[in-house]
Amino acid sequence: MKKGWRVLLILILVLAVAVAAAGCGGQEAAEDGNGENQTAAGEGAQDEKMKVGFIFVGPVGDLGWSWTHNEGRKYLEEQLPWVETSYVESVPEGADAERVLTELAEAGNKVIFATSFGYMDYVIKVAEKYPDIVFMHCSGYKTAANADTYFGAMEEPRYLSGMVAGKMTKSNILGYVAAYPIPEVIRGINAFTLGARSVNPEAEVRVVWTQTWYDPAAEKQAAISLLDAGADVIAQHQDTPGPQQAAQERGAYAIGYNCDMREFAPDASLTAPIWNWGPYYTRVVEAVKNGTWQVEEYYGNMKDGIVDLGPYNDIVSQEIRDLVDAKKQEIIDGKFHVFQGPIKDQNGEIRVEEGQQMTHEEILNIDWFVEGVIGSPS
Amino acid sequence: MKMPAEDTTAAPLISWEKRLQPSPVIAVLVPVLSVFLALGLGAVFLAFTGFNPLEVYQNMLHGAVGSRYGFSETIVKAIPLMLAGLGVSVAFRMLLWNIGAEGQFYMGTFGASWVALSFPELPFYIMLPAMFIAGCLMGGLWACLPAIPRALWGVNEVITTLMLNYVAILWVDYLVYGPWKDPQGFNFPLTVSFSKAATLPTLLGTRVHLGLVFALMAALLLSIVLWRTRWGYEIRVTGENASAASYAGMNIKRNIILVMFLSGALAGLAGMSEVAGITHRLQHGISPGYGYTAIIVAWLAKLHPAGIILVSFLFGGLIVGGYSVQTSGVPAATVSMLQSAILFFVLGGEILTRYRLRIGRKGGK
Repeated sequence: MKKGWRVLLILILVLAVAVAAAGCGGQEAAEDGNGENQTAAGEGAQDEKMKVGFIFVGPVGDLGWSWTHNEGRKYLEEQLPWVETSYVESVPEGADAERVLTELAEAGNKVIFATSFGYMDYVIKVAEKYPDIVFMHCSGYKTAANADTYFGAMEEPRYLSGMVAGKMTKSNILGYVAAYPIPEVIRGINAFTLGARSVNPEAEVRVVWTQTWYDPAAEKQAAISLLDAGADVIAQHQDTPGPQQAAQERGAYAIGYNCDMREFAPDASLTAPIWNWGPYYTRVVEAVKNGTWQVEEYYGNMKDGIVDLGPYNDIVSQEIRDLVDAKKQEIIDGKFHVFQGPIKDQNGEIRVEEGQQMTHEEILNIDWFVEGVIGSPS
Repeated sequence: MKMPAEDTTAAPLISWEKRLQPSPVIAVLVPVLSVFLALGLGAVFLAFTGFNPLEVYQNMLHGAVGSRYGFSETIVKAIPLMLAGLGVSVAFRMLLWNIGAEGQFYMGTFGASWVALSFPELPFYIMLPAMFIAGCLMGGLWACLPAIPRALWGVNEVITTLMLNYVAILWVDYLVYGPWKDPQGFNFPLTVSFSKAATLPTLLGTRVHLGLVFALMAALLLSIVLWRTRWGYEIRVTGENASAASYAGMNIKRNIILVMFLSGALAGLAGMSEVAGITHRLQHGISPGYGYTAIIVAWLAKLHPAGIILVSFLFGGLIVGGYSVQTSGVPAATVSMLQSAILFFVLGGEILTRYRLRIGRKGGK
């Protein structure tokens, strides 16, 4: 049985030669690459485009989180004809992310958007190796000279969607299908609950954790368990329309997330807090081009338009719309703050005094539930 | 091949006939041809969806082995497949269907992480051997759980090893969501990073780590054991004919447990080297199914240690190249489809090396 090893040895030798050949080729390319600025400038004068890369945690067809970022990417390409984008989808938040980021950097991208929290450490690691490339990490908290974070105050439209849910429920039980117990999600659940109870003090919000961002079947199953528990409006912090569809099948209502999901649950989906990344991506890339880019830890809000409340379903009455729209205006005008006191936690203890509001830092690190949430924030 | 007498009871038009002597030419030609067929099918699909197939394949190859970086990443992906594949293969040789490499992998990460997190002060020359032993031991013991009932009462190990995968994964999840969660980690299911001493040395600025040496050594040792030792002889004989082995006085029960321990220990070592070499912390979903892919790897390699090294490398390339292709605009779903088509054709082609297709009435049985 020595034969097997002999075959392996030969194959390894062949492979080594092939790699050496490819390596030499690569070397040349790399040398070209060093002078690429000149060659590219010489050759590609007619269409010298700035390359921008994206890395997504789900498939762009998820019709949720990654889909909204991909819409932003398309918007960017439409707005700035001198930009050329590429993306890699379905990249797990683990060791693979480091390689994909490195490959995007090697491929000549000048700006790289990493659109999931779990990429954070890898973004920082790769950013160190490529000081000339700007890395933008969505929803994280680590920055570097060439790596910035960005996110949006989703709590604002979440609060508004909670008002709609609080008005529409009959059982006063709202279900919330949530991914991971991290501050971003906890923040959303709190805002939703505050909104719902502002118009319906009897409402309670029951939370089910799925431990996944993207799993249509698991999300739907979680929604069904909430419906079984008596919930008649299902909200979600998930990336697929699965929970909406569960509500549709049971004749209940639902609040979408990420983008308008009425198409998937025409009778159930009332509205959705939505993302609108395009204008922001355009601003960042323009700033990089103009040399005005700097680390700013962007946290946009409804006034900027990066977050918004999506269109209403026809079944939402004019009375409710007026109520919610008025609150929206108050938020935009800075007259109302979602996390302004008095706010009690699950134990009924006052966490934010009347007349106070939570600081940005506190909002970013929130790890407790407000009164009215049934479930554990861990 | 013997010609059967003319059979008037209509023989099927197409029939399979077992090859008595699988020809070495066929054994090499069929897998190679299968890959090309799969690429051909993929090319048609790519062309219809508006991509240039040649360009896509070129990118894939380039991403996987075309640069020093890509090549090193392919090896990184191959290391856990090698170790887990070797583990699976040794059990399969004795016809022990250990489907539990995934769980044994997770227990290996658990054992190694326990050492790294409990004794962060250890110097590397104690830390790494301790993690090595803990990883192997946990993986091995986890495989013994189904091995003992199998040896003593003949309980089917396919079910038990498979079920224990879920237990092991949930156990690790419990740890990273609960007691081992990094307090600074924003509630994300990760432990704190290991100390420097608990990370495997890497090669020349790449992510290729000492696990590669473990894998190559394991393959070499395994083939020495299988073909140069009495125990290896017993394993092979038991696999070919258990009753003959028993008649010859071999202790089959003992061998079942020992072989399963070895099998699990190798998968556990895969887990240890992944956690100490790549992630440097325990986290939710640390294996994207290495333990299951290892089964395919072991089969494709016909359970031969050298073959497993080679096939693991090809699989690593398939994974790494798959991500590279995406940057040229090919969707992830298309890439998965390509990868699956290659696997499907190679596995399907396998049958041709062992059987021949008879068309026409002469076939018969």
